[in-house]
Amino acid sequence: MDKIKNNKAWFLVLPVVLLVAFSAIIPLMTVVNYSVQDIFGPDNKIFVGTEWFVFVLQDERLHSALARQFIFSFSVLAIEVPLGIIIAMCMPKKGVWVSVCLVLLALPLLVPFNVVGTIWQIFGRADIGLGGWALNALGVDYNYAQNAGDAWLTVLVMDVWHWTSLIVLLCYAGLLSIPEVYYQAARIDGASAWAVFRYIQLPKLSSVLVIGVLLRFMDSFMIYAEPFVLTGGGPGNATTFLSQYLTTMAVGQFDLGPAAAFSLIYFLIILLFSWLFYTAITHFSGSQ
Amino acid sequence: MAEILFKQVAHRYKSTSTSKTNTVAEQELALSVGDFCWQDGGAYALLGPSGCGKSTLLNITSGLLAPSQGEVFFDGVNVTNQSTAARNIAQVFQFPVIYDTMTVRNNLAFPLRNRGMKEPEVSRRVGEIAEMLELDAVLNKKARGLSADQKQLISLGRGLVRKDVSAILFDEPLTVIDPHQKFKLRRKLKEIHRHLKLTLIYVTHDQSEALTFADQVLVMNKGKILQQGTPEQLFENPAHSFVGHFIGSPGMNFLSCDLGNDAVRIADTVIPMDAQLCHQGLLQLATLDKNATTSIGIRPEYLQMSGDPQLNGKAGIAVTLESLENYDAYQMATVSFSGATIRVKTRQPPESGALYLQIPESKTRLYVNDILVNANG
Repeated sequence: MDKIKNNKAWFLVLPVVLLVAFSAIIPLMTVVNYSVQDIFGPDNKIFVGTEWFVFVLQDERLHSALARQFIFSFSVLAIEVPLGIIIAMCMPKKGVWVSVCLVLLALPLLVPFNVVGTIWQIFGRADIGLGGWALNALGVDYNYAQNAGDAWLTVLVMDVWHWTSLIVLLCYAGLLSIPEVYYQAARIDGASAWAVFRYIQLPKLSSVLVIGVLLRFMDSFMIYAEPFVLTGGGPGNATTFLSQYLTTMAVGQFDLGPAAAFSLIYFLIILLFSWLFYTAITHFSGSQ
Repeated sequence: MAEILFKQVAHRYKSTSTSKTNTVAEQELALSVGDFCWQDGGAYALLGPSGCGKSTLLNITSGLLAPSQGEVFFDGVNVTNQSTAARNIAQVFQFPVIYDTMTVRNNLAFPLRNRGMKEPEVSRRVGEIAEMLELDAVLNKKARGLSADQKQLISLGRGLVRKDVSAILFDEPLTVIDPHQKFKLRRKLKEIHRHLKLTLIYVTHDQSEALTFADQVLVMNKGKILQQGTPEQLFENPAHSFVGHFIGSPGMNFLSCDLGNDAVRIADTVIPMDAQLCHQGLLQLATLDKNATTSIGIRPEYLQMSGDPQLNGKAGIAVTLESLENYDAYQMATVSFSGATIRVKTRQPPESGALYLQIPESKTRLYVNDILVNANG
């Protein structure tokens, strides 16, 4: 079939292009602009090329923040995904308890980030916080303000408390959509509970899990408010994740050039990993 | 393989309404089949409209559902409380159930591996069954990429790989298969039955499927088995007017009538009938209240229409033609007399002018309260 040569249709795309330009491309270009200049004042700026990028990539503190970030994000996924699946499988399928469970699970999701931080900041205190006090009473030397490991764990527990529900709700919806005949067929085939999970439930959950893993990875990779409220990134640099580091650089020290270069690298890392995750998971479930 | 015996089996689904009555009212039963038996090696069809309890009966047979009353025996062993796996039943569902992530080979091997069979034995069985079902070409493919009929074959294959299955149950297995493949699959099923001598129980609401597949057809309605018999018996002697309506296309004609000593009367038309049969009918009527209904049933195929009032020396009933529908191989005439309408299947279009209907006495059945009357009592 011959195509009619007519490019007028592009005009229909124009409103979207403009919208995206104002909301994403122009702000992003501002950052690109900052990242290639050294700015001292409104009239005093020098073009430095890729200097900031080289500087940022060689920055030791950034390397350690990135490493901490990865360890944190993978710990979050390693805990929240299996835990979410287990809770979803334990939930009742019908009856009044369904609504009770759903409401209880949805509650943490409704709490704003910095409120979550505040809740745990108080809860974990050894003097007035129930959690911290109880741990110390049990003989555990717990103090997130002084002990780096404690602070890191507190942020992790906070995130698990806040976001496991998301995985639970996604998996629960996925589980409910599996037709009863699959379970009947499995009973007829003499399948064990593990086989039912491995060959029926997990494959049927794979599409919701892809979404869940991606969301949790991106979100945990951008974590800011919780460690900020808890210890401001401390003690030391124990909970200084990437956004925390970025904020210190951009707002604290007003190093706009390196901060802009770092923002772009940060953005690319998230993009790259989300893409890697997505391809890996879809490829994995496709070739199984 | 096993003979499957039901003793006073009845089932009622738990109602959500808060009725506090503990007595099982007949009307609330989803299923009430009394005593009956699936013979070892038989090909059975369970036929009935949607919601008549066919699938319930099937699930009770396979053990997916425990009956609220009665007992089920496999070869004399009470299995009422045994699980599906223990009963060693295979079941093929309405929609193909396959394990998406496995290859066809692993799908077929799954029930065997679950039962701890040795790997060489597994691959031998899988090979045999795949060959029989013509799945050998796709054995190493992912099951999810196959067409609906191949997926349904996999479901069937997972049942067949187990050598010692007591029976294979089919719950409307051809629903999602397109017509051409339906025919092929059905032939395959017949072939397997002949070859393996397995007990096959086939649930359907499609009479042509049931009648071509099974040696014995059970017609169900409202949770009850109305009749069990060969397709021919169901056609010739429907035990219940529902069976007459349900089997055949179109179904049997039923005309309500008054019963006499050697004839039935429809308004002022008298139709002669065997005296013995009338006698039995009258005997039954005598035991019933005065609201009991009497009717005669006659298949549209056995009616004859002609312009001759005296065909072969027998007086015809004068009828008026109401409508005529054309089908490929026959014509369907709707005619009326004495206020009754009746459908006639005929090869030639009726001639214009006066029409006379011949009702052959040997093909006419008598029903009292919708139940067939036998001349021998």
